[in-house]
Amino acid sequence: MDIFLQFDLPSILLGSLAALACGLLGNFLVLRKQALMGDAISHVVLPGIVIGFLFTHETSSLAMMLGAGGAAIFAVLLIEVIRRIGNVEPGAAMGVVFTTMFAAGVVILEQTGTAGVHLDVEHALYGNLESAIWLDAYSFSDLWNWQVLMTLPDSVRQLFVVNMLIIVFIIMFFKELKITSFDPLLSASLGFSPKWLGLSLIIMVAIAAVAAFTAVGSILVIAMFICPAATARMLTDNLKTQLFISGIASLSAGLFGYLLAAFGPGLLGHEFSVSAAGMIAVVAGLQQVLAMLFAPQYGVVMRRRRQRAHASV
Amino acid sequence: MHDRSSSGLHLLHDTDTSKRVSPKDLPFAVQGMTVAYHHKPVLWGVSYSAPKGCLTAIIGPNGAGKSTFLKAALGLIPKLSGDTKVFGELIEKALRRIAYVPQRSAVDWDFPATAIDVVLMGLYGQIGWFRWPSRKHRQKAMDCLKSVGMQDFANRQIGQLSGGQQQRVFLARALAQNSEVYLMDEPFAGVDAATEKAIVAVLRQLVADGKTVLVVHHDLETVRDYYSHILLLNGQHVADGPVETTFTSENLQKAYGGRLASTQLDGLSEASNS
Amino acid sequence: MEQFFAALTLSAGYNTALVCAGAALLGAASGAIGVFVLLRKRTLISDAVSHATLPGVALAFIIAQVYFGSGRSLPVLLSGAALSAGLGVLAVDWIKAHTRLTEDAAIGTVLSTFFAVGMVLLTIIQSMSIAGQAGLEGFLLGATSGMLRSEALTIAVAAALIGLALVLRMKEFSLLCFDDGFAAACGYNVRWLDRTLLLLLLGIVVIGLKTVGLVLIIALAIIPPVAARFWTDRVPVLVAIAAGIGASGSYIGAALSASAPNMPTGGLIVLVLFSFFVVSLLISPVRGILAAALKHYRFQRIVHLRQGLLAIAHDEPVLEPLTRSILRRSGFMGGDGQPTRKGQSQARLIERDQKLWNLYREMYPEESHALADWSLKPIGKVLPADTVCLLEQELSPHVVRGGETGNGGAG
Repeated sequence: MDIFLQFDLPSILLGSLAALACGLLGNFLVLRKQALMGDAISHVVLPGIVIGFLFTHETSSLAMMLGAGGAAIFAVLLIEVIRRIGNVEPGAAMGVVFTTMFAAGVVILEQTGTAGVHLDVEHALYGNLESAIWLDAYSFSDLWNWQVLMTLPDSVRQLFVVNMLIIVFIIMFFKELKITSFDPLLSASLGFSPKWLGLSLIIMVAIAAVAAFTAVGSILVIAMFICPAATARMLTDNLKTQLFISGIASLSAGLFGYLLAAFGPGLLGHEFSVSAAGMIAVVAGLQQVLAMLFAPQYGVVMRRRRQRAHASV
Repeated sequence: MHDRSSSGLHLLHDTDTSKRVSPKDLPFAVQGMTVAYHHKPVLWGVSYSAPKGCLTAIIGPNGAGKSTFLKAALGLIPKLSGDTKVFGELIEKALRRIAYVPQRSAVDWDFPATAIDVVLMGLYGQIGWFRWPSRKHRQKAMDCLKSVGMQDFANRQIGQLSGGQQQRVFLARALAQNSEVYLMDEPFAGVDAATEKAIVAVLRQLVADGKTVLVVHHDLETVRDYYSHILLLNGQHVADGPVETTFTSENLQKAYGGRLASTQLDGLSEASNS
Repeated sequence: MEQFFAALTLSAGYNTALVCAGAALLGAASGAIGVFVLLRKRTLISDAVSHATLPGVALAFIIAQVYFGSGRSLPVLLSGAALSAGLGVLAVDWIKAHTRLTEDAAIGTVLSTFFAVGMVLLTIIQSMSIAGQAGLEGFLLGATSGMLRSEALTIAVAAALIGLALVLRMKEFSLLCFDDGFAAACGYNVRWLDRTLLLLLLGIVVIGLKTVGLVLIIALAIIPPVAARFWTDRVPVLVAIAAGIGASGSYIGAALSASAPNMPTGGLIVLVLFSFFVVSLLISPVRGILAAALKHYRFQRIVHLRQGLLAIAHDEPVLEPLTRSILRRSGFMGGDGQPTRKGQSQARLIERDQKLWNLYREMYPEESHALADWSLKPIGKVLPADTVCLLEQELSPHVVRGGETGNGGAG
């Protein structure tokens, strides 16, 4: 049991919290048809993280957060500028900006010799979920012991704070996020600026992306921005319910993805290890496939069946 | 700055030159508005002032810039010149005094919201930042739904409503906004007869309550029955005023040119004689 | 630096020259294909295509390793990549067609899920401890340093073939992007044309994996067409310019990376391409932002001048500050805000011109709406003399009536 508490639990927490942070915000990205903004942001934070790292030479530092947040805002503004004054289609503008900024990140990374210290591109893509350990935990009662809880890895505590921040953000601005997503014109005329709300949403997305990114890599981040929200979208027509379902889907992807990665190969009788972050994303994708097929109202299989029943009547 | 505000005054002086109208009494006055898409003018120097407390149809041929007129006047799309004043205030500062009902296609109807959710959005301005709608607001939204005959569909997802029902929800939302000026972009487009009736009733009620209502309208046949005033556009301001004096075959000819067959024009103007 | 110029002038050894030439061909082909993807407004589908190659590469490696003893054969890996990328495209289409999710969500889902599967497979390969797996990382960010001669040759030949296929189908693709309804009416199968386009895109992505890497290959299909778009409005020219930008950017990037072997090739190529984009955005005389700003300024001036003069003609006050300053600068308005004599006479001319334009709109509504210069230029300079003459004759009786009602239309 100690092993579970000390090695598995912190990784599960890390994966699930990262998934939750992205999954909740992803709902609004999907509804605004900006799902790929999550993809773009998770690419553009790379140069920000690298520059932040160059300043402090520490991973998961505040400087990295700030750098990433700055990079995200810069990217959003750049996309907007290219789209508006260059008259370029939004998708193409996004493509130009995020590939370029990612390329810049990769080149700076190699150029300055940070490669191989604590940060390398593979790390950025895959993350390092398994490195989270909690050596002070010996029994389940430690879960209620504040002092022991404070010895959880930094990244876990950081993600916890970020999650709280995101939940507060969504509760506080629920109404505003809803109206700007549904009808920006109306919200502008009622005094809720869609521009500012859109920008604060992107900033929250960047914060979530960075917090999750350093822990679990960019792939998981992209998957989590989209898959849980898309899963929930298939299952409900109520925004509050959708947020709730996407939260559950994120957490369960985190839990089952990790368990599958950690114990799956062993059960199959193989020795090889599997990337937990990748597995979490795979589980999130599978959940979405299930929802797309079997959702009671909007699932493909159910709709086919209803159509057939309809036809035979 | 200019007390003899020319905004639309020259349009009014035909009927009441004796009365001096202060800009504060003009609910919706557009001055010299020019809009261009891709360096091609769509609207050219349009000046117009909506008569207070009247139901006005904006009519004109396809491509005459009717929807563009509303959008540019509201500042939703960039314009080359001109400004809009609402009761003497620049529109940017007076947006809350206006309720705009966009074309139905302007929003994503698959959005996870119910009819009453959408109507509640009209109240968000009154609710203010951060706060959640209360029971009182829900009650008010329900009343608005009732007045368009949609109370039975309050909890239906908006995507599952018919086109006419969606239009009625939009209308209920505008009612909830409780503004002084209502601008509607083709509310009658593609709706069923029942909805058309319901919308007309609501429009009349609004005017009875002293609101100023402007509606982009397509069907020339019904103009005479529904509206008291018209604004004729054809890329420019062609004519405006009460239906009886302005909805003439001569003005229609000016706005529509060769696009309306002369028999059609005769039919419409005959109606004016009877 | 020396090495860079050596690579640039193809004198840094046969292999380097081959890699650079291959990259240039790749850039040209992807730039050309990207034009059609851009015009079809499906730019970001290439993102799904590129990420969806990873599981194919990894699976092909495992299978080749298990059955043939060596997984590091480029053609085998690339066929695997092509297969899984094709599956990815079909998945995007399926999600879009059969569920309520929109294209962006479909792309995001496919790219992340496929990539995650690929990643899981890669970690399995890593723990299988097989020699020769090191080459696989190169697929992520591109590496030309260790490229074999045969590999470089394969890439160059395949890129040339895809480019050729595109040139042969260019007419159909142009039609598809311009008006798919018309293309369908002409008897083309739009669905299959779309599929063919995506197939070519897929081919380019797969070939480019080794050179540019899967994260950045899409830049090769996005940045050159977007940059080329600033220079022209004609499709064949657009294709040529995009191909040119793609080729030179990739060539320079590959040469740079040859002179600095530990720099990722993909990153360098993308940065060079982006600099081309910025230059195009700024200075292109056709659609660049400086040119556009100038054009807008001129247009605004024409409109304000005309409206100001019309207001003078109708004895209305000129209220817009911009109109006033333009009138003043042209000498049509004095410092006191009163029109000058020159302004008065010009106003009469413009008033007459506007009346003719209005009459033209009334008489020929369709034509006048199609006309870009309607009421912007003097009517005599736009319409043929006999039409203007006709309008003049028609106008004479109207002038009297127009004076009565004071209805000039424009104020």
